[in-house]
Amino acid sequence: MLGVGILKGLTETARNFVGSYFRKDRLTTIQFPEERAPRIEASRNFPFLVYDGPDAMAGLRCVSCFICEKECPPKCIIIDKSTDKKPDATGKLQFYPAEFKIDVSVCMSCQICVEVCPFDAIKMDTDFELSTQNRFDDLLWPKLRLAKSNEYYHEIHPTEAAAVDADLAAARAKAAPKPAAPVAPVAAAAAPEKGTTA
Amino acid sequence: MTPDTVDQIFVISKHWLLGYVPAMLQPLASAVLSVVPVLLAFPLLFAITTVLERKGLGRIQNRYGPNRVGPAGFFQFAADGIKSLTKEDVVPRDADQVVHFLAPLLLVIAAFLAYAVLPIGRNMVVANLDAGLLYFFAVGSMVELAVFMAGWSSHSKYSLLGAMRAVAQMISYEVPLVLASIVVVMASGSLSTVAIVEAQAGYTATLPHWYVFTPWGFAGFILFMIAATAESNRSPFDLPEGESEIIAGYYIEYSGFKFALFFLGEYLGMFATSALAITLFLGGWAAPFSFMTWIPSYVWFFVKLLALIVFFIWIRGTLPRLRMDQLMGMAWKFMLPMTLLNLFTAAVWHFLPNPLLRWPVCTALVVVPFVVLSRSMKQGKTLQVRTYRYAE
Ligand code: SF4
Ligand code: SF4
Repeated sequence: MLGVGILKGLTETARNFVGSYFRKDRLTTIQFPEERAPRIEASRNFPFLVYDGPDAMAGLRCVSCFICEKECPPKCIIIDKSTDKKPDATGKLQFYPAEFKIDVSVCMSCQICVEVCPFDAIKMDTDFELSTQNRFDDLLWPKLRLAKSNEYYHEIHPTEAAAVDADLAAARAKAAPKPAAPVAPVAAAAAPEKGTTA
Repeated sequence: MTPDTVDQIFVISKHWLLGYVPAMLQPLASAVLSVVPVLLAFPLLFAITTVLERKGLGRIQNRYGPNRVGPAGFFQFAADGIKSLTKEDVVPRDADQVVHFLAPLLLVIAAFLAYAVLPIGRNMVVANLDAGLLYFFAVGSMVELAVFMAGWSSHSKYSLLGAMRAVAQMISYEVPLVLASIVVVMASGSLSTVAIVEAQAGYTATLPHWYVFTPWGFAGFILFMIAATAESNRSPFDLPEGESEIIAGYYIEYSGFKFALFFLGEYLGMFATSALAITLFLGGWAAPFSFMTWIPSYVWFFVKLLALIVFFIWIRGTLPRLRMDQLMGMAWKFMLPMTLLNLFTAAVWHFLPNPLLRWPVCTALVVVPFVVLSRSMKQGKTLQVRTYRYAE
């Protein structure tokens, strides 16, 4: 008869209404700033630059090879190569980025820069609280803002970071007995194939 | 203070204030003193209702609802109001500027005008018109005009479609709305809302003489509430808004405070029809039991109004939106015959003074047509797997 279904529906909604006050498991909403959902390891949004050691600027793994800049589909990476060489975290002399900028308003989080980097120098971040007051300048992130430690990388992507560290250690061990000068290209060639499997 | 003074406190203070006004200005001052409280109370009720509605709907869907502004999110309406005031007011380039501007104003004015004849408490009515009910429906039909002005002047296909739907729906449901309320006019013998409330004021033992406690009154009340839901464009009759197909319908081209005015007008219309339902069927400001008459009349009025609002919210959280043909079928195939039959039932009730006879007869006169009609509406409407001829 007309109306019976309506009454059934009304009881159902009433049960939901009352139940939500008594059963906490009904309310699945996470009250964001106070409560947080556990971090999801497989998530990603924007790239960051990994550094080893205590000093962010000295320990950057990036050697300014321009591969990511060339591969980035929307062309949002801007690199200035240094004119001199500086020792990196392992003490080897390397070029370094005098300036490394990513325009995150353009970045589409495709992770291609990460896939192509032969030095495991650039990785994807998970930090999502990125709102800014300024629409232009604040979204063009400089080297200082992009640099994050290897420990941080371990924190956000533990599995992936452990694999990368193992690869890097293997590559360094292989390169160690040889003289210092020709090491870099070999390490560079060895890293990506293992790096991509990580 | 005796309960009677508390009951009449607003009336007494109005007369006291009027004593300070020169005799020449008294009619004007009296009007202002009656109108201003209505202009304050009902928008405040609107504000409270928006919060209640959002929280209630949230709980029905196992969410929290607004819970940030003020204690338990109760001041959300203030934040919403300030937000809509500070928003940019966008008017489409091709819109008819004047009509576009006037439509929300007319809607709110029409909604407010209806409150003139609603008795909020004992001796508390802005204007006791002899044809109050007629006035109410006449003013209420201005809403259709405002809605169509909004839809037409926006110069947008969605607006126009929404306005067409709204007007078709409102006109269709105005018929059962008026017919459902005529039974009360038949019983009380008056079109004046004050007289209708007074006709229901007595008590038998402790139970009141509300019209809802008669077979025709009960049927009339249900029919009236269905029609009122459709009149105020609320779910499940919210096709004119139809977010999923015509994205808010006739007020899609409105932004900022004009959009808020539409909301205000819509809710005020809902309150007005609910208040009319209270006046017609639920004894207006009268207490539900004779031993509770010491509670002031205006308190009872607002308690009943809030109860109806809660029911509206509950319905909104329960029912999905109807289809246009279901909507129209409901109006013309179910509501109209039921309301017409209800007129007959009310007449039978009047001419059969023997309670032993008129209760069963009138109940049968309501129940049997209802069963027959709902059966016939169901005919041939079994759920089946849909077969497509061309889109396979
Ligand atoms: S590909 Fe890697 S090493 Fe080369 S510039 Fe980009 S981040 Fe630096
Ligand atoms: S994630 Fe994609 S778009 Fe963003 S910087 Fe890397 S390559 Fe460019």
